[in-house]
Amino acid sequence: MNNRDSAQNSAKKSWLYRPENHKKLWWGFGLILAATVVVQLFVSVHGHFGFDGWFGFSAAFGFLSCALMVVFAKLLGYLLKRPDNYYDDDV
Amino acid sequence: MDDGIQLTAQFLQYEIQLVESSPLRRLFATIFAIMAFVGGLFAFRQAKWWELAAAQAYAAGAIGVSFAGDLITMFLFWELMAIFSTVVVWCGGTEGARKAGIRYAIMHLVGGVLLKIGIEGVMVHTGSIEIQPIPLTNIDGWLILIGVLINAAAPPLSAWLADAYPESSPSGSVFLSAFTTKTAVLALILLFPGQQILIWIGLYMIFYGIIYALLENDMRRILAYSIVNQVGFMVCGIGIGTEMAINGASAHAFAHIIYKALLLMSAGSVLYMTGRRKCSELGGLYHSMPLTALCGIIGALAISAFPFTSGFISKSMISQSAADQHLMMVWLLLLAASAGVFLHAGIKFPWFVFFQKDSGLRPKDPPWNMRAAMVLLAAACILLGVFPEWLYRLLPYPVDYVPYTASHLVTQLQLLLFSGLAFFALLPLMRRTLTISLDFDWVYRRLILSLMNRLIRLFSCLNTALRNASSRVFSIIWTYIGRHHGPEGMLARTWPTGSVVTWVVVLLTVFLLFSIY
Repeated sequence: MNNRDSAQNSAKKSWLYRPENHKKLWWGFGLILAATVVVQLFVSVHGHFGFDGWFGFSAAFGFLSCALMVVFAKLLGYLLKRPDNYYDDDV
Repeated sequence: MDDGIQLTAQFLQYEIQLVESSPLRRLFATIFAIMAFVGGLFAFRQAKWWELAAAQAYAAGAIGVSFAGDLITMFLFWELMAIFSTVVVWCGGTEGARKAGIRYAIMHLVGGVLLKIGIEGVMVHTGSIEIQPIPLTNIDGWLILIGVLINAAAPPLSAWLADAYPESSPSGSVFLSAFTTKTAVLALILLFPGQQILIWIGLYMIFYGIIYALLENDMRRILAYSIVNQVGFMVCGIGIGTEMAINGASAHAFAHIIYKALLLMSAGSVLYMTGRRKCSELGGLYHSMPLTALCGIIGALAISAFPFTSGFISKSMISQSAADQHLMMVWLLLLAASAGVFLHAGIKFPWFVFFQKDSGLRPKDPPWNMRAAMVLLAAACILLGVFPEWLYRLLPYPVDYVPYTASHLVTQLQLLLFSGLAFFALLPLMRRTLTISLDFDWVYRRLILSLMNRLIRLFSCLNTALRNASSRVFSIIWTYIGRHHGPEGMLARTWPTGSVVTWVVVLLTVFLLFSIY
């Protein structure tokens, strides 16, 4: 996870913000992600409903539901967002 | 404190039970007392004395509700909380806080009135003021449910929470987050366990919290929305209503109060040191505020139910109870919601405040008492996560649940880390904007206001129209009268004496004729 990695790396000043390190961070993150899925080969995941025991189900479900929520929020934002001084002339 | 009724008193013609104890009540009272202490530690050197006094009285109200043995006592302490929490909101000291406090007070007084009508109905119809599960068979039960749900920030009246809490002082929001919504959770457990409708209300609250938090720019308002989200998990658990679910809801309330207070302390420290509250103006603070950042991250991991934090051992009990009841839809939604919590509170809050871009701010960590309070709560988050049996022992029902199985660990890590991937992959979609999002409070802050204005305008138009019309009618009548009775009018002219005498003669003749015949 990026922000935990960076908390450890904060000893070096602004290491996190150097563009050449972005790639490293993404790689590290990607490796951790892959590890959590690969581990499922060795751990038997028993689901309650059947499908939730599929290989990588939680990973896919987590990603897709979050992507859906972000997109939904974005669309709703067009409808609901107002400048943040919208209520300032309240009586 | 032993189980059962401990203290009674006479009130009007009722015998009220001021103190009644049970494991559930003790659990809530314990966490309220802990929060009163740690919150006080966080606040005591920075907050004004009246804020501290109000906060402690507010906590006392919450503990009073926890131990209230009957509906009358519960109602009295409930209103005590409403009053003192309003004072805490006002202690924010700004014009915004003053207005938000008034809206907050109105909302809670309305809720209190509904609750009181419901309680009176129950007293009249059943003759009992005992706190026991109330069926939703007549209006009394519904009124009590609505009154309690308003305090739980349930839809549609949930906007008060995100409206009022972020306006309070840095320490005020810590107190506010702990008591009102969680006493409502306790009241729901005591009065409405297993009401199906609560499952759906809870799920709505969960997703409402996530979506609005994703849209939000103010860091403390993000956390306020995530209170609604977390209370949604508890309400959903109460709706499921099995022993496991009630245990889960209670455990989650306990754990939630700790990590939410920790998150708000972390945000409060940032606000206290920088004076800024908008994500778009913050960022890169991890370097100069390492302790605040670390505590904030621990709180964020706990709220996301990361393994070895308190959220992991409490939230999973609720979703487990949904699976045990074969509520597949509910279970799937809860799972998506867990991922969503990581998205909006677990990453979004620490990322935009402590990392993101470098905002150029270099604030120090806050004073020692604020740091001490944060460290205490961060330690509690982790200890509860590592030693879940400490919390499980306090729960109302015996616990038959093992959170740490390899299968659970793997699936939870997959779920959370891949929602993290979604966050970073979709970061461009979440660029912070200087905006707020409309909510139901628009209805009473804008719609009703503008309707009133329109009504006033309509009446003033009507008024002018009526005035014009009436003055025109009056002037017509005036000219008409003037024509006959005016100085030049026919009836006002001077008449010659002769004609008058003639008319008198005519009249007298007519009289004579009448008197003869």
